[in-house]
Amino acid sequence: MSFDINKIRSDFPILKRKINGSSFIYFDNAATSQKPNIVIDSISDYYKNYNSNIHRGVHTISQEATDAYENARAKVQKHFNVLNSHEIIFTSGTTHSINLVANGFQDLLCDKDEIIISGLEHHSNIVPWQMMSEKNGAKIKIIPINENGELDMKIYDNILNSRTKLVFVNHVSNALGIINPIKTIIEKAHKVNAAVLIDGAQACAHFKTDLQELNADFYTTSAHKLCGPTGIGMLYGKEKWLKKLPPYQGGGEMISDVTFEKTTYAELPHKFEAGTPNVSGAIAFGVALDYLNGIGFENICEYESSLLKYATEKLKLVPNLKIYGESKNKTSVISFNIEGIHAYDIGALLDKFGIAVRTGQHCAQPIMDHFGISGTVRVSLSFYNTKKEIDSLYNSLKQTISMLS
Amino acid sequence: MKIKEIQDEIVEEFSHFEDWKEKYEYLIELGNSIELIDKQNKIDSNLIKGCQSKLWLYAELQNDKIIYTADSEAIITKGIAAILLRVFSNQTAKDILNSDIKYIEAIGLKEHLSPTRANGLVSMIRQIKYYALALNTN
Repeated sequence: MSFDINKIRSDFPILKRKINGSSFIYFDNAATSQKPNIVIDSISDYYKNYNSNIHRGVHTISQEATDAYENARAKVQKHFNVLNSHEIIFTSGTTHSINLVANGFQDLLCDKDEIIISGLEHHSNIVPWQMMSEKNGAKIKIIPINENGELDMKIYDNILNSRTKLVFVNHVSNALGIINPIKTIIEKAHKVNAAVLIDGAQACAHFKTDLQELNADFYTTSAHKLCGPTGIGMLYGKEKWLKKLPPYQGGGEMISDVTFEKTTYAELPHKFEAGTPNVSGAIAFGVALDYLNGIGFENICEYESSLLKYATEKLKLVPNLKIYGESKNKTSVISFNIEGIHAYDIGALLDKFGIAVRTGQHCAQPIMDHFGISGTVRVSLSFYNTKKEIDSLYNSLKQTISMLS
Repeated sequence: MKIKEIQDEIVEEFSHFEDWKEKYEYLIELGNSIELIDKQNKIDSNLIKGCQSKLWLYAELQNDKIIYTADSEAIITKGIAAILLRVFSNQTAKDILNSDIKYIEAIGLKEHLSPTRANGLVSMIRQIKYYALALNTN
């Protein structure tokens, strides 16, 4: 498979936009990805041709919609090399997935149990566990990060013990782009019979993960991070865990029998898919995976690595610029500050040049507190960005700094 | 000068800018020359909520006029605060409460009025009005 950047860019209609008369340069991919025509068209195709509620209807388009929805589940299963399709739960995204699991463990843990959260987590993989811990008393321990933004594995070894029941780590940090040693974290956790939930939201756009080989107990991702629409994601859970956890939301679809005396619940995956699902979203999620696999993740990975290298070298030419989280194992994310200038000012002026970056705490206040900063400017690159765009960033950044000094 | 007169003056000044760079250079200049808040008032309780950079606002009554002072970690935010203070500071509570902020749109800074968490401008305007309500001697 060859990597034709021009062909790829022509797949994304939004890249043709102008902002303030300048070419639109989108460097906020960690927040959300842009969508290729084929994904956009799959959604309108659904609503134009076979929109229907699924699983219950006896008519033709209900069957077509049901098949398309379950085919999408099969695509997700195959992409992640999951053994059983019923171990893939469609959710509205990573946050929903994590809350589902946290809710499930609420009555399974007590104040004698401990849970471990990494210091690199996004709030979505911190707050649900704090809320759970307030209800069941489970003690929270933290894996701290070092000056490079990497997890301190020595401390992880120290805090892991027989009382540890759950460990939560992101596959890739949204704020810094660091890829965590999750295979090791999982192996060590399993030695003390602790289960591990990996937040894969920031990983799946950049590389493929074999979930059987990884052996995580839970893995979450959101479609909108990998060229899919918003409002759909997936929770992978090992069958034994998904059978153990109680349902999260009650309603239609997730039941077996309902009487006012007693209701029994559906089998997996439907037990966790109450109500009418985001059918078009699931279908588009599958199309997004097809699109990315069509380009090839080896190609995506190689190209993004070269962009990261180029961008890092260029940014290092900017005086007084500091990059946070300089690790050899990173996705194409660069979080930085310029001494004496607030990140918000940089972001606001880069926007005027047509360049979209993210500024602030990136929903990861613990990381910002660790570095003693109020926020950063985050450049997050994707396989449809170019070196020419990075040159524009460099030039615009120089002008921005000159205006603010 | 009355609030409406100052607003018209600002709109006239901004109409001379040829492009966004000139406008923002002016905004940055304003930010660097804003009436800064007293150190003792640069405290957490005077922080405007909903702002990505810290933004402090303080008000005190002098005779029947409200004097506002402010500061921010971000220069552009300070610049926008300066434009607000130029209009609303040293005015009576009644005049402040009766005024509008259409001039912000007229000078092409409408994007700063959008309710995102980034700039707290909407919150600052609200706080200016709250102070006026609280310090209204009528």
